Amino acid sequence: MESPQRKFQKLQQIIDKYEGKASQLIPILQEVQEEYRYLPEEVLTYIATAMKLPPATVFGVATFYAQFSLIPKGKYVIRICDGTACHVRGSELINQAVRKELNLQDNQSTTEDLQFTVERVSCLGACGLAPVVTVNDTEVYGQMTPEEILAVVKKLREEG
Amino acid sequence: MLKTREDLIKLQEKAKDALRKEKMRILVCAGTGCVASGSLKVYDALKQKLKEKGLEVKVELMEEKDNEPCAVNTSGCHGFCQMGPLVRIEPEGIFYHHVKESDVDDIVEQHVIAGQLVERLLYKHPVTGEVAKTQDQVPFYSKQTRVALEHCGRINPDDIYDYIAHDGYQAVAKVFFEMKPEEVINEVLESGLRGRGGGGFPTGRKWQFAAAAEGEKKYVICNGDEGDPGAFMDRSVMEGDPHRVLEGMMIAGYAIGADEGYIYVRAEYPLAVKRLRKAIADAEQLGLLGENILNSGFSFKIHVKEGAGAFVCGEETALIASIEGQRGMPRPRPPFPAQKGLWGCPTIINNVETLANLPSILLRGGKWFRAFGTEGSPGTKTFALAGQVAHTGLVEVPMGMTLREVVFDIGGGLKKGKEFKAVQIGGPSGGCLTEEHLDLKLDYDELRKVGAMVGSGGLVVMGKDTCMVEVAKFFMSFVQSESCGKCVPCREGTKRMLEILTAITKGQATEEDLKLLEELAYIVQDGSLCGLGKTAPNPVLTTLRYFRDEYEAHVRDKKCPAGACKDLQDYYIDPEKCKGCGLCARVCPAGAISGEKKQPHTIDKAKCAKCGTCIEKCKFNAIYTA
Repeated sequence: MESPQRKFQKLQQIIDKYEGKASQLIPILQEVQEEYRYLPEEVLTYIATAMKLPPATVFGVATFYAQFSLIPKGKYVIRICDGTACHVRGSELINQAVRKELNLQDNQSTTEDLQFTVERVSCLGACGLAPVVTVNDTEVYGQMTPEEILAVVKKLREEG
Repeated sequence: MLKTREDLIKLQEKAKDALRKEKMRILVCAGTGCVASGSLKVYDALKQKLKEKGLEVKVELMEEKDNEPCAVNTSGCHGFCQMGPLVRIEPEGIFYHHVKESDVDDIVEQHVIAGQLVERLLYKHPVTGEVAKTQDQVPFYSKQTRVALEHCGRINPDDIYDYIAHDGYQAVAKVFFEMKPEEVINEVLESGLRGRGGGGFPTGRKWQFAAAAEGEKKYVICNGDEGDPGAFMDRSVMEGDPHRVLEGMMIAGYAIGADEGYIYVRAEYPLAVKRLRKAIADAEQLGLLGENILNSGFSFKIHVKEGAGAFVCGEETALIASIEGQRGMPRPRPPFPAQKGLWGCPTIINNVETLANLPSILLRGGKWFRAFGTEGSPGTKTFALAGQVAHTGLVEVPMGMTLREVVFDIGGGLKKGKEFKAVQIGGPSGGCLTEEHLDLKLDYDELRKVGAMVGSGGLVVMGKDTCMVEVAKFFMSFVQSESCGKCVPCREGTKRMLEILTAITKGQATEEDLKLLEELAYIVQDGSLCGLGKTAPNPVLTTLRYFRDEYEAHVRDKKCPAGACKDLQDYYIDPEKCKGCGLCARVCPAGAISGEKKQPHTIDKAKCAKCGTCIEKCKFNAIYTA
């Protein structure tokens, strides 16, 4: 069992790096989320206390922006673009295919084994390659089809 | 470290010299699109192969080489992402598309060593078969006029010396040493430049307000929160020519008396953030950013702020709230940011593309800029061409070009087998235009007259199989989920409008609902606090205006004329056309299709999920909806 001190050590380092300034709340949350892959409730409470902000302010910001997640995300975050260009080129079919493959229910975005998260995103700005899918923001797949996304999922599963 | 203007001029000479000594320059596109198509592999293979062949290779402009080296660089986005990976070879501007790793041998042996073009990689006109050797001969480019995108695809965005060799930072040097701040503002007023982020407010006027506002501290903010689905010009400029954005901000800062600037970039654009950060660090190192730049007495620093995913932050006052670390909610205006902006200080917020126009305007003069475009909307504008069009990509054209020229001449018309129906312009704030608008001149005022707007410049082309009610619903669901919730008309109005639109697409709406939808649209337009809400009803209002019959067909006859609303369709297989190949049965995710081999198949209506996969796959056009 990790001691609380050790658990929040990294967190405190991030807050210190930004000198605990209230104006830096968003970059702090971004960096913390990168560390924990999501923003656990206790972490948000800790940030509020350490930065001398009301918890409501911190929760308010964390729930306002789409980038922040208060529930754990999967190891692989698959983002399916639903910008106008992707939408008219059939991105919904890709979404359905991958959600079916991963057995995701309507209100569920992450698989139970925390391997995959499937998200829709309003526009990734690669409209020339529509429909576009990204994995963990690093791999970009253009001109996707329902079959190809299944191949990508298969490949990721093999990587474990 | 550059200490004076003379230092900069000397450095420019050196950089130009280095450029002249290059025997050849191979530019491999490293925009997001081409990288996704594998351009970095091509880049690495090229370097490797050239070295193998014993050629002198350099990757940075200022690398010292004895002989005439062959430069291999990555470049920013060329805008023709669909054809990627793209390779451009200087000095002639030869243009190769769809370049794969396996093509590298031929490029090196045939082109670089033997001096012969690799025919198969050149652009061939799909109809006339005419081959274009250089980039400028490709129809997609020949009708464009590039100002903001001047360097995108031509220089290495990670190399500050490359920017300097191409007149980089000459505009700020001119401004600092030859012009007073008022003169800079007057030049911009003279150019007639209007905000490229959507509103079209005259940039010079905005600056006048901020310059006149009292305050020790002032700020310049570059709005790179390009959230409009279907637009990606700001991304291309930030990724392809980041120094230009910095230079534009410095000019703005000098004009209004600001010494600090922020670039607010969308979280979805990691590459843009990386390139901008590098550009800032390089400029600081050379002394082009920081204290007393080139001994002019003017100091300026720039920070990059990453957004966190909120469309409303494209709105000036919401963006300011976000930089201050709060929820990105807009504030009522006045006071305008030019009087009271970031941390209560006078602030100007300009869009990326607006700023990217400034170095050219200051260097060549407002009159030069006015020569492009129309009386009311001078200059050029970038449009992101996407959707069912043959050539998708980023194009920059003089304002006032007709929609027809953009869609058919540059975009090459509709994709194979599709027929033109509508163009959605300006994203969720814009409107849908029809065939009758094809000869409309694209500028701020003409578009406003027909109920649309330039917006950020997204141009999505739609074919006859697109349902306009569904499109209106798509945009409404976008703004509804992005509405920040501060003001009632936007928060509640968009929700109710979305409900009605959803009911229409399901065949559950009445004619009363249609009236209510229109009424609500005007209420949201009049009563909302910020631009997001005020413009949110535009897609609904324009589709109601130009495609009313389609709404009526959904409401009265419970039919979707485009065959897109799946709740109003049943799927059938035409036994005459079906060859019984079984492909549809294999791809059907619901297992609703059955039949004997080589016999016509049938669809079980109870099981059919109406996903359309079978129609996509059928090679004999045997599946139809009715």
